[in-house]
Amino acid sequence: MSTILQINDLVKQYGNFTALNKVSLSVPTGSIYGLLGPNGAGKTSLIRIINQITMPDSGSVFLDGEKLKPDHIAHIGYMPEERGLYKSMKVGEQALYLAQLKGLSKKEAKIQLDYWFQKLEIEGWWDKKIEELSKGMAQKVQFVVTVLHKPKLLIFDEPFSGFDPVNANIIKDEILELQKNGATIIFSTHRMESVEELCDHIALLHQSNKLIEGKLSDVKRQFRTNTYKVGILTQDVEGLMVQLTQKYTIAQTNFKSLNDDLKFEVSLGESSPNELLQLLLQKGQVTHFEENIPSVNDIFIKSVSQ
Amino acid sequence: MSVVSLIIKREFIAKVRNKSFIVMTFLSPLLFVAIAALVGYLASMKADTKKIAIHDESGNFISVFKNSDAYSYHDLSAIDLQFVKDSILNTKYEGLLYFPKVASLRDYESKIQYISNESPSMNFIGTIESLIGKKITEQNYIVAGLDTLAIKNSVSKVSVNLAKSSGEETVKGLNEIKIAIGGAFGYLIMMFIIIYGNLVMRSVIEEKTNRIIEIIISSVKPFQLMMGKIIGTSLAGILQFLIWAIIGFILFFGISTYFGVQMGATPALDAGMIEAGQAEMGSKMQLYIKEFLTLPIGTLLVSFVLYFIGGYFLYSSFYAAIGAAVDNETDSQQFLLPIIMPLVLGVYIGFFTVLNDPHGTVATVFSIIPLTSPIVMLMRIPFGVPIWQLVLSIVLLFSTFFLVVWFASKIYRVGILMYGKKPTWRELFKWMKY
Repeated sequence: MSTILQINDLVKQYGNFTALNKVSLSVPTGSIYGLLGPNGAGKTSLIRIINQITMPDSGSVFLDGEKLKPDHIAHIGYMPEERGLYKSMKVGEQALYLAQLKGLSKKEAKIQLDYWFQKLEIEGWWDKKIEELSKGMAQKVQFVVTVLHKPKLLIFDEPFSGFDPVNANIIKDEILELQKNGATIIFSTHRMESVEELCDHIALLHQSNKLIEGKLSDVKRQFRTNTYKVGILTQDVEGLMVQLTQKYTIAQTNFKSLNDDLKFEVSLGESSPNELLQLLLQKGQVTHFEENIPSVNDIFIKSVSQ
Repeated sequence: MSVVSLIIKREFIAKVRNKSFIVMTFLSPLLFVAIAALVGYLASMKADTKKIAIHDESGNFISVFKNSDAYSYHDLSAIDLQFVKDSILNTKYEGLLYFPKVASLRDYESKIQYISNESPSMNFIGTIESLIGKKITEQNYIVAGLDTLAIKNSVSKVSVNLAKSSGEETVKGLNEIKIAIGGAFGYLIMMFIIIYGNLVMRSVIEEKTNRIIEIIISSVKPFQLMMGKIIGTSLAGILQFLIWAIIGFILFFGISTYFGVQMGATPALDAGMIEAGQAEMGSKMQLYIKEFLTLPIGTLLVSFVLYFIGGYFLYSSFYAAIGAAVDNETDSQQFLLPIIMPLVLGVYIGFFTVLNDPHGTVATVFSIIPLTSPIVMLMRIPFGVPIWQLVLSIVLLFSTFFLVVWFASKIYRVGILMYGKKPTWRELFKWMKY
């Protein structure tokens, strides 16, 4: 798999404060890449360097194998967390202006704008000023100006904040479609459920350092605890518990079930799930057997609090 | 189209479409002309002649006073002094000039009285004093047995002709018109810097508070944005000035023709002064015209353009950096003071030092120092400035300009992404190193 964005040993300091401490990342082409981290982890500093808003103190960034250079801005679309547009400027003029700054010709920008305005059903807004629009409406315009110049790398900082559920879904679908058409997407967010849903790769920044990076499934495998949730209908609860506690660590748990079954969590340690299953089958009817897959949220909290 | 020209275009359009810009552009000249018209109207109303009563017990001085538009003199010597004194309190006389009967002419020097319930203008008293003094002097000549005609004929008026070593002739005096021309240009630059520098700052703050700044500078370099902003705003400013000039010109002449009022004329000049000056005025006017033609107009205009560009860019980079450093306009005050100070200093030095001694050390030094040179040098140019000083001053101005733009863009780059904190001077210096 090719890499669209390669970041090597990036260091950025503001006075005595280190915002990025030798951070290296590689973002595979065509992926949806989640950039996670608590506030102040260095996400924004990293994104600003990719956008060439600020320069790193040391380290290098490569876009599609080329060292980052000024023309590359035409290939990057960026939607910052703090949304902003000229309040007293008309929607259409503003979008044209921003597209031209990204290097599009006026004609080309107009074609793209017509396409997107139609797609998001906002054709009637062309002559409206931003200050006349609601926050959610302005967000849609913001989305359009981000993707207008068909960038191959899109960076969204908290893309769903400010959208109502309906519009958030529309935007999500648009993002997925952009990915299908070949764009790579970097997400910076705190909202773990959207990471879970959309991202196939993640990186976790904490206190200016990169803690984790990789394919989401690989990261999850790395964080698996070999614990299983078990539901069982049995007459001999005491006997089962005695046998289990001799071999494994047991903990209480809860899950949805239609049966009046006994629910617990078993930490297998080195042993295999089959062994546990054999033991359970002897004691009663197994109604539930499921591996505990760590959620991104679990991984996030676990890594950050270490 | 290059990005800078795109930014210039947007800034220009945004400024020109702004409601307050439109209102200011069309209302200011109207206001200005309205005020001028009012002054003119009031001046023409003032044609009310003031009546001055004269009680001359000697009968010597009545002939000295000639009626004018402003003052008319009435001989009340025949009426009893006490009665005149009492009556002037409630009749239409402005005041009473009283010449007592004295033994010797010398006694007049301290015995003449002007009686009035309102204090007279300094000008009026001065004129009266000089008229009476002249008369007494003449009489003294007669008493001393001198031939007054011979004395009059022997009075000599000297006019020293000034010339430069290059042989070029110049006219002496008339510093006022020179400083007025230089001052007008210098003042124009100062006003322009203050008005449009502020606009640049406000537009930077606006982008910051709108939070669009991050989107813009992910597409263009902060330096390009800053320069585009400065140039776009100045173009809007030049347009505004041009409109002002045109509207002002039309209104001024339209109204003055309509009302037949000479608004340029200084109202209510003292009669005596005018009379005394009238003869000189004719020749003076010619001198003014002659002097005006000898002014280095070409140099002045070229320098004006150069100093205008250099000075405006220099200062508006400061303004842009300040706008980037703060979150709102109120926070900008502490940074603005050190910027406005050299401008004000320039104007003061221009009007006081240059007028007295155009080529003195103070005037020369401040016309070379970049922060004050756009104003001070323009005021000096009409007096003739050595070419090396002019070149040095302009070279210094532009090199400082590039230096300041470089520093300002550093502060700008860091500042536009900093929120929620009012920076100190120390922090600003730290930002330059980021």
